[in-house]
Amino acid sequence: MWDNIQILVAAPVFNVQLLLNGLLIGAVFGLAAYGLALVWGVTNVKNLAQGDFVMFGGYLGYELSKHGLHPIFALIPVAAVMYVFGWIVYKLVVSRVIQRELFTSLLATFGLAIVMQQSMNLLFGPEVRTVESGFKTRELFDGLVTVTDIRMISFVLCGLLALALVLFMKKSRMGQAIRATAQDARAARVMGVDTERVYAFTFSLNAAICGVAGVLISMIWVLQPFYGIAYSVRAFVIVTAAGLGNLPGVIVMALGLGAIEQYSGFVLGAQFQQATVVGLLLIALIWRRLLLQRHRQALQ
Amino acid sequence: MSRNSIILHCAILAAGIVAPLLFPGLVFQFAMLWIMILFALTWDVLGGQMGYNSLGNILFFGFGMYICAITQIGMFYNVAEYTAAFGAIKVDFTDQQYYVGLALGLVLAAVACALVAALLSWVLFGLRGPYFAIGTLGAALAAAELTGAWNYVGGGGGISMPVFPGEPGVRSLFFYSLCMAASIACYFFLRWLYGTRFGLALNAIRDDEDKAEAMGLHTNRYKMVAWSISAFFLGIVGGLFGNMTGFIEPMEVAYPTLTFGIFMVAMTLLGGKGTLWGPVIGATLFHVVKEVTWTYLLGWQYVALGLLIIVNVVYFQQGIMGWMQERWPQRFGLVVDSEGAVASRENAP
Amino acid sequence: MRPLFKRSAMALAVGMAITVGTLAGAPAYAKVDGDKIILGSAISLTGKYSQEGKNARDGYDLAVKMINDKGGVTVAGKVYKLEIAYYDDESTPARTAQLLERLINQDGIKYVLGPYSSGTTKAAAPVTEKYKIPMVEAEGASRSLFSQGYRYMFAALSTSEQYLASAIALAAEVAVKNGKKASDVKVAMAFENDPFSLDVRAGVLEEMKKFGMTAVIDDKLPRDLSDMTATMTKVKALKPDMLVVSGHTKGATTAGRQLNEMNIAVPLVAFTHCESADLVDKFKKGADGILCPTQWAETLSYKDPVFGSASDYNALFLKTYKDYDTVPYQAAQGSAAVLIWADAFKRAQGFDTEKLRDTLASTDLETFYGHIKFGPAGNNIAKPMVLRQIQAGKYNVVAPSKWASHKLDYPRMAGGGTMKQASK
Repeated sequence: MWDNIQILVAAPVFNVQLLLNGLLIGAVFGLAAYGLALVWGVTNVKNLAQGDFVMFGGYLGYELSKHGLHPIFALIPVAAVMYVFGWIVYKLVVSRVIQRELFTSLLATFGLAIVMQQSMNLLFGPEVRTVESGFKTRELFDGLVTVTDIRMISFVLCGLLALALVLFMKKSRMGQAIRATAQDARAARVMGVDTERVYAFTFSLNAAICGVAGVLISMIWVLQPFYGIAYSVRAFVIVTAAGLGNLPGVIVMALGLGAIEQYSGFVLGAQFQQATVVGLLLIALIWRRLLLQRHRQALQ
Repeated sequence: MSRNSIILHCAILAAGIVAPLLFPGLVFQFAMLWIMILFALTWDVLGGQMGYNSLGNILFFGFGMYICAITQIGMFYNVAEYTAAFGAIKVDFTDQQYYVGLALGLVLAAVACALVAALLSWVLFGLRGPYFAIGTLGAALAAAELTGAWNYVGGGGGISMPVFPGEPGVRSLFFYSLCMAASIACYFFLRWLYGTRFGLALNAIRDDEDKAEAMGLHTNRYKMVAWSISAFFLGIVGGLFGNMTGFIEPMEVAYPTLTFGIFMVAMTLLGGKGTLWGPVIGATLFHVVKEVTWTYLLGWQYVALGLLIIVNVVYFQQGIMGWMQERWPQRFGLVVDSEGAVASRENAP
Repeated sequence: MRPLFKRSAMALAVGMAITVGTLAGAPAYAKVDGDKIILGSAISLTGKYSQEGKNARDGYDLAVKMINDKGGVTVAGKVYKLEIAYYDDESTPARTAQLLERLINQDGIKYVLGPYSSGTTKAAAPVTEKYKIPMVEAEGASRSLFSQGYRYMFAALSTSEQYLASAIALAAEVAVKNGKKASDVKVAMAFENDPFSLDVRAGVLEEMKKFGMTAVIDDKLPRDLSDMTATMTKVKALKPDMLVVSGHTKGATTAGRQLNEMNIAVPLVAFTHCESADLVDKFKKGADGILCPTQWAETLSYKDPVFGSASDYNALFLKTYKDYDTVPYQAAQGSAAVLIWADAFKRAQGFDTEKLRDTLASTDLETFYGHIKFGPAGNNIAKPMVLRQIQAGKYNVVAPSKWASHKLDYPRMAGGGTMKQASK
């Protein structure tokens, strides 16, 4: 462990490498986390299948790219298919648990996560899959730091998508309806907002966002039917730490999480890279709790 | 106890004793059935009676398994040497060493798990509702990672357990009896507990924690003790299961968060949470159906499990016992004064 | 309260009746059923080993099909067909132990084929041992399996400490040839935290100690590995002479991709499970130069009457299973395990498990997979492991020299390929 810290001190250029890798992948985490926060805020459903939506999107992109479509162009059809998929899931499962006790929605989405993992295992096979973007690697600092073009492109795409979402929420009728519903569903209904439609749209939009994140992940990391839970946990860490309805917070936390993972992988070893995320989840929960305890409230 | 209830209990006890003798080939599955019943009973203490839905109770199962294993080996050998060889050291325990080690291991596992639960409750009981569920899930995942990183207990390489000094048939019956004893002890303890003031306090916390506190209940103490009770029994079966499996390692055997950890929730919900018999019926039904159908589904079994959970929570949340109470309320001693009474009790958080 | 108990009692009685009825009343298999000999196996069809489990199962099935097509097994004048009863062990040792109890106790299976992975085999062996049921396993390589004195377990494959040890020896050889000392070789290691890979690691460490090499990186990989850039950054910083990775297919895939993406030049790179991970198809030129230990290679000169030569097996397998590009050795050794059983039945001329055990112990068989002869601990002592290098998309045997068909391409350059190829 100390050896590894010494490397970073002796050759600070490697910090650049870790930060670059971390921040660029963190942007993709941020997409999934934003989707989670959106659904959480509007419908109060905590979607434990979030990571499996990401994986599913990745697999759809993989299938399309097998048929000759470049994965970057696969983003649009995948988002469309995932939107429809999200709508079906909403109608079949989520719409029936929205008004229920919170644990119900948590458990229902957990069941959904299990069904999705296993179905992907049966549909796409258990192999670890990768999608090759075919883009080049750039070298900085005499090759000591490398960054792949696909990471840069995905970072930019994530930024553009976030911007588009913010504008959509501010300007469009639907966006305004979503924000109104999140603030007070009953009042929104009184004002003539079709909240049922808002719920369905929000959940489907989230699925589409996850699909985009999945396609990006497939080009940067790997796909495997059972890896979804890691992305779910990441999304929960980010949202719990940032709080709901706090987009800048989500972005900062997501980028930070990406960087922290890289540092813990470097300093403590690859084994702890994801274990750190679970640790951070507990810390984020306890931290939020301590903040509330001052007001004699519990986190609920 | 009424006469019928005594007859029922005796009948189950008799079935428990006779079944393994009649069907010696199924002893292992019967033992698993008792373990499943205990899983569901202990989960219901928090999930059903107290309204705290934990997704991480499996933590105590794995912790108990490791404490028991370390005790069994550590009493006579150097654990670090034993695990560093990844089971390459073949050690022979004498009969006496084995039984003493196992007995002490189980006791320590139970006590240590209760203590860990008490410690964790400090941290986790500040969380309510879904946060508690996510927090406990995180704790269980973290426990698996930490055990895997700990070289003293073999890390991801696991531990080969001491071998039972006796015939295979005797071994199966031996562990079967211990599982049955643990499960029955747990049942009677909880049966007694739910009838006391303590049980009422748990229900009060479930119905409205803030009001319960306002009424002068030290809710934190109740929550801590309740979780420790769950952990105590889970630690015992953890130790037993480790010995029955013969080889333990952190990811798949000791902390199976996504299998046993979810089974306990699914079984309790299936049977009906918040009742004494619900978990027992749910576990029995679940285990029987699972053992009969599971292996013929080759690959589809978890799809079926996921669908079962979804259908269960979406369409049949009251579970079997809850459904029966709804159907024949007066037979459960519930007085029906209006339609709303049942409904409001049902919708209580 | 009374009726409640009545109902519960009814529910429970019905439950019990169903359990007992269905479980006891389903004698799905017997050891020998008519003209069929039934072998049993709990193999991973779901969970983390499902890919390798599928390879092993395909190997089992292909051998059963071929043996049956070629007339089955003749025992005491009667011709029998082979059949395998499978259960899914979900890649967890806890389930393996339960399912073997079930195979043996309920289904009456007397002849067992092993599960996939060392961890599950560790859970299976005590059960077969307890019931004195012989098991031929082909997928559990951990050395610790063979130090417990198991009498009823026989393994077709070489033990796991040999997987990457030969790669270390090769690194020493190369260093000496280039005028350096073997002890100067710096090794970077990344091993998954599971029983198999940790045993591979132990073998590597032993071999390194022999040459006095140092490990500059010693990372463990998590079970759900999807990123190794942090480890690779360390590799870039410390410039080791050799990188060894063992993490089943996910380890080979992740390491293969990110090593190239980050343009890291390590002269010698060795991964386990290259074939299962299908590196050539995934990374094309990027796979070139990687060393892969294998239990079996289709270029080796072994043969047997059922499959013909190793290359015949290769062709047959690829023809039968269209979804493979390369035959993983996991499948080949699965087929070999079935051949061993068939041979034992033939020689024992009976079905008594004790007699079969003794017959298995005296196996001396030439198969397409290699020579099979068991040591006293049940491991195969007659078959070497070979090291292949991916050269221009082909797996060529480069070590040990007795089996080498090609020369080692050295050193491997950033992004795949070697110096020799580049100069061409």
